[in-house]
Amino acid sequence: MLKQIEGSHAVAEAVALCRPEVISAYPITPQTHIVEDLGLMVKSGKISPCEFLLVESEFGALSACIGSSAAGARSYTATSSQGILFMMEAVYNASGMGLPIVMTVGNRAIGAPINIWNDWSDSMSARDAGWLQLFVESNQQAVDVHIQAFKLAEQLSMPVMVCMDGFILTHSYSQVDIPEQATVDRYLPPFQPRQVLDPAAPLSMGAMVGPEAFTEVRYFAHHKQREALTLIPQLAQEFQALMGRDSGGLLKCFDCEEKETVVVTMGSVIGTMLEVLSDMRADGYSIGALTLRSFRPFPIEALHDALSGAKRVIVFEKSLAVGMGGILANDVRMATRDLDLKVHSVIGGLGGRPITRKNLRRMFEKGVNDTLNNIHFHDMHMDVVNRELERAKARRRSGSPAENILSDVGVVAAAKTI
Amino acid sequence: MPNLPESQQRVKFYQTGTFTVGNRLLDSEQRTVQATLDRSNSLDSGHRACQGCGEALGARFAIDAAMRATNNQLIAANATGCLEVFTTPYPETAWSIPWIHSLFGNASAVASGIAAAMKVKGREEVRVIAQGGDGGTTDIGIGCLSGTFDRNDDVLYICYNNQAYMNTGVQRSSATPAAARTATTMPVGAEPGNAFQSGKSVPLIAIAHQIPYVATASVHDLHDLEVKVMKAMQIRGARYIEIFVPCPLGWGSIPGDTIKVARMAVESGMYPLLEGGNGEIIGVSKIRRRVPVDAYLKLQKRFAHVFKPENASQLERLRAIAENNIRRFDLLSKEDDQS
Amino acid sequence: MSDEALVQEKPFAVTLDVGTSLLNKTGTWRTSRPVYVDRLPPCNNACPAGENIQAWLFAAEEGDYESAWRKIMEENPFPSVMGRVCYQPCEQSCNRVQLDESVGINSVERFLGDQAIKYDWKIDVGEPTGKRVMVVGGGPGGLAAAYHLRRMGHAVTLFESASKAGGMLRWGIPKYRLPREKLNAEIARIEAMGVEIRLNSPVADLKASMVEGGYDAAFLAVGASTPKRLEIPIEGDMPVVEGIKLLRDVELEQTGYLKGRVVVYGGGNTAMDVARSAKRLTGFTPQVIVRRAREYMAAHDFEIQEALDEVVDIHNLRTIREIKGKTVVLEKQVADDTGRPFPTGQFEEIEADILVMALGQDTELSLLSNLPSIEINWGVVAVDAGMMTGEAGIFAGGDMVPSERTVTTAIGHGKKAARNIDAWLRGERYAPAPKHQLVSYQMLNPWYYSDAPRTVRPTLEVIRRQSGFAEVIGDLNEENALFEARRCMSCGNCFECDNCYGICPDNAIRKLGPGNRFEFKYDYCKGCGMCATECPCGAIEVVPEEI
Repeated sequence: MLKQIEGSHAVAEAVALCRPEVISAYPITPQTHIVEDLGLMVKSGKISPCEFLLVESEFGALSACIGSSAAGARSYTATSSQGILFMMEAVYNASGMGLPIVMTVGNRAIGAPINIWNDWSDSMSARDAGWLQLFVESNQQAVDVHIQAFKLAEQLSMPVMVCMDGFILTHSYSQVDIPEQATVDRYLPPFQPRQVLDPAAPLSMGAMVGPEAFTEVRYFAHHKQREALTLIPQLAQEFQALMGRDSGGLLKCFDCEEKETVVVTMGSVIGTMLEVLSDMRADGYSIGALTLRSFRPFPIEALHDALSGAKRVIVFEKSLAVGMGGILANDVRMATRDLDLKVHSVIGGLGGRPITRKNLRRMFEKGVNDTLNNIHFHDMHMDVVNRELERAKARRRSGSPAENILSDVGVVAAAKTI
Repeated sequence: MPNLPESQQRVKFYQTGTFTVGNRLLDSEQRTVQATLDRSNSLDSGHRACQGCGEALGARFAIDAAMRATNNQLIAANATGCLEVFTTPYPETAWSIPWIHSLFGNASAVASGIAAAMKVKGREEVRVIAQGGDGGTTDIGIGCLSGTFDRNDDVLYICYNNQAYMNTGVQRSSATPAAARTATTMPVGAEPGNAFQSGKSVPLIAIAHQIPYVATASVHDLHDLEVKVMKAMQIRGARYIEIFVPCPLGWGSIPGDTIKVARMAVESGMYPLLEGGNGEIIGVSKIRRRVPVDAYLKLQKRFAHVFKPENASQLERLRAIAENNIRRFDLLSKEDDQS
Repeated sequence: MSDEALVQEKPFAVTLDVGTSLLNKTGTWRTSRPVYVDRLPPCNNACPAGENIQAWLFAAEEGDYESAWRKIMEENPFPSVMGRVCYQPCEQSCNRVQLDESVGINSVERFLGDQAIKYDWKIDVGEPTGKRVMVVGGGPGGLAAAYHLRRMGHAVTLFESASKAGGMLRWGIPKYRLPREKLNAEIARIEAMGVEIRLNSPVADLKASMVEGGYDAAFLAVGASTPKRLEIPIEGDMPVVEGIKLLRDVELEQTGYLKGRVVVYGGGNTAMDVARSAKRLTGFTPQVIVRRAREYMAAHDFEIQEALDEVVDIHNLRTIREIKGKTVVLEKQVADDTGRPFPTGQFEEIEADILVMALGQDTELSLLSNLPSIEINWGVVAVDAGMMTGEAGIFAGGDMVPSERTVTTAIGHGKKAARNIDAWLRGERYAPAPKHQLVSYQMLNPWYYSDAPRTVRPTLEVIRRQSGFAEVIGDLNEENALFEARRCMSCGNCFECDNCYGICPDNAIRKLGPGNRFEFKYDYCKGCGMCATECPCGAIEVVPEEI
């Protein structure tokens, strides 16, 4: 059923269609609307049977899901930003025990400085936590991928994060097709846990494992994610067969075939980019785009194949590995290391800085001309940076190294062209 | 000739009464779960606890009683700590009940989740226990614990209080008593050992949450402990029981003295046995034969420094703590039962 | 990848199957091991009759009075009598004294003995052996020997010089301490077992009697009934009577001569009995003259106390120097550090109408004149560790051999002699079982025992005791007896309190069910020793492990 609704509400409706049995909720912007809506639906009986736990922290939220999932209940929670850091110990724990929890991350920057706006620093911080991370580009995707996520999690017995850009998606109104309950029921069978706490068949979960078996335990976690590379497209196909929509999957190509330049990114920014790229193609540029819908597992082979014909890649991401560079870019380089491919790393949109068609076009043109530096900070206010650096240089004796680093990343050079 | 049925005995006297685990002279329903041949042994042999471990003992006492009370419909969530480490090192588990260990500070939240799952599945006959040591309860776990209390989730939380972080090598927790030596409160300086006027009483904090049932118990008094666990399992909602479990390793006591040490703690007034509910203290176990605080302290090397002449004031203050407990909780019997 | 396969597969290593810890045999950690032991309770150790008191109290605790009684009867055929006249060394050594008061063992024994009489419980005799044993003397020692020999299947003939059996039980202990129907009942039970009792049958020549009767062995227990003499200068006509004769006359109700103010000379149990009888018969307060200080008197404390309760005056550290008319002249004594009295030359006088001499008795041994191999020293017969005299097959016990001269000792001698006679008749030597280690109070964990005052025996009003021969000490009823039995701490012997089973942190103890106690699972026992510390009765010992 088509609805003009807020992204958070759409997600709540999608989750409700998945018949969750236990939902834990703790408020943090920008995911709060999701759990508010779910709370309303549980209290009004629209989701039933379901237990809605108002917990005291994100740590408690995910911990409660660990308990309920281990006891065989389909379990869901949502968080953002500091919340995922606060629950981080439980994040690792849920995947370590193979509990198929689904969690929405309304992507938001991490402080200090405190900032409520969108970037991917939060879910990136859980990059290696063993969870599957699926990124969505639109609220329709968000609806569809949540439904797929439960099936994926439960078939694999691993937890899944659905990452959606905070505010940009969570708080925006758009037309969304909400599937019928019967259709979702056909797609998503009841939860059959691989292991369950039950007095009828006791077992001990969460054993201490020493050097004699720890490597193998980690390997099996990795192996499961590798299995997911097959399962994710399969589930997307099943979904498409049922709903008639292309949602999910490992990655999505937007006119990226046989292009010299391919822009690689994730999430909602693709919407703006597609308009810019369309204009550029009209202007004669050989340029297309590709979004990664599964960040973990990282679809190395699929990405390699998709980029094998390109000459250069511009990786645009809303995340920064401080002291290193682009996180996504690094993974792309890893996937394409045997290709004759130039990889430009662009960091943008941090803390919610707007990404406009104008500044995207300027950046893409530099990318096509290979004048972007290895690490490019998109739309950074160089006057502010330079002024601050000058002042620091005057005061501190160790000024030159800082300047060296900046010239390395091309900030000083870039400033001259703005 | 059968024993005289109790109804025909005017004089009720049973040799050891209910002080021992069993007593062939008592009617069977007055004996403990631990005395029975078919106790569940929820925590079974082969675990790796130290010799004379009070926590291993307290855990079997409590969980077996809860198993009896629930007709074996029980699931337990366990905090990280000794109890977890010594019971479930891969590839062996000593638990015979459905059991999960997640993290150090989230046992109560995990238990809340399990309880929610049981409720949603219409299996409310299955009851849930969360358990952990004092570190996992009074320190790192108190946030989640408070949440479970606040929501009045149907969880019994059992804290096995051995008064320090034993698993990591005896460091101070907020349940460590004043003056006690730990690896982080060494007996040096102007105030040797743990500071006075520090720490917190989670039983009283629990009572302040207005949950339906709170109790403290000790491994030396099994009947009392089992009655409290049984009582707790008759109640729905959040419940808290703290069990005093001496740690020979951390306290520097003789392994064979574990129960004796616990007994002395209670009989000296250092560890009051209380019951509370809905915001009130509703009962105290009276001291049976009062012993001097010194006799309790002397069983443990962690208090050895308070007997040095230069630390006499510490000893005085420890005695005062017992006196204060006795006064505050009215721990002495009115009738003369202490001759 | 099918769903089925996924569902069956639990996560590797992180999730474990129950029961697996049993593979870990923690018993290897142990450097010392607990073992169950049976130690010797002090009551059993102290009992001259060798009763297994803890064991029969154990049965009585459950209300199984017949089993309890039968346990006593393995050692002592006189529970009803002993429950009245024993001087209770068991209670004096009872560990419970250090907790509150000793267990009232004697009262319970008396209750059990009376129950047996009430319900007419019987004892079986042994398969006939064809051997014949002669017993000389129908006192407690002779009767006990006859009883045990019958249980072993031997034919027994008992020769008693008096008109009734019982010896000092009948002739030396007043009715108010031992009602005769109880004594008669317990003797009758022995007689009913087939012991031939020949009354009015003194044995003048033992050797001749044995040959004549064709006996294979003999047990002598003729007692000590000849009063010791002491010459006291008497001027005038003050009557003097022997204490032992007076008690016999009390039994026969021939005490017309006992009138007025009585002075009793002597500090033993006979003196006390005489004084208490005199109080009842004369109404005057008897004066008892005792050479030694109170704490060195030969009489048992409880007899002295009961005498004092009934208002008998006891003059300690006095001797009778002479008697002039109605005046008895006493010489004050002074005791040295060892309690031995010395005369002071200071005198005092009291008035009296009759003097009773109660200075002890000697044994009459003329029946042994044809048996020179039997050694007699200081008026008593020498016996070996098996109670046998120098003459093979002739055994002796009770007051006629060196001993404490109490009823209980005599009964113990009777049992011991019977066992040795039995062995001797089979050409063997009786070897008693080795004694277990004695349990001290420090070996117990008294915390576990409920607090309870000793059930004070219901005693008759003192005033009633002074005026008649009704029994002084009242009975326990069933409830009181149960209560008293349950005060037993079962020193050194498992009473199945389940403490070890319950408090083992390693579940390393197996409970074997009622009556079968427990066993250690050494595969898992880490040797912490908590079971031993918390065993209330000290029945677990920790011994070093051989490494």
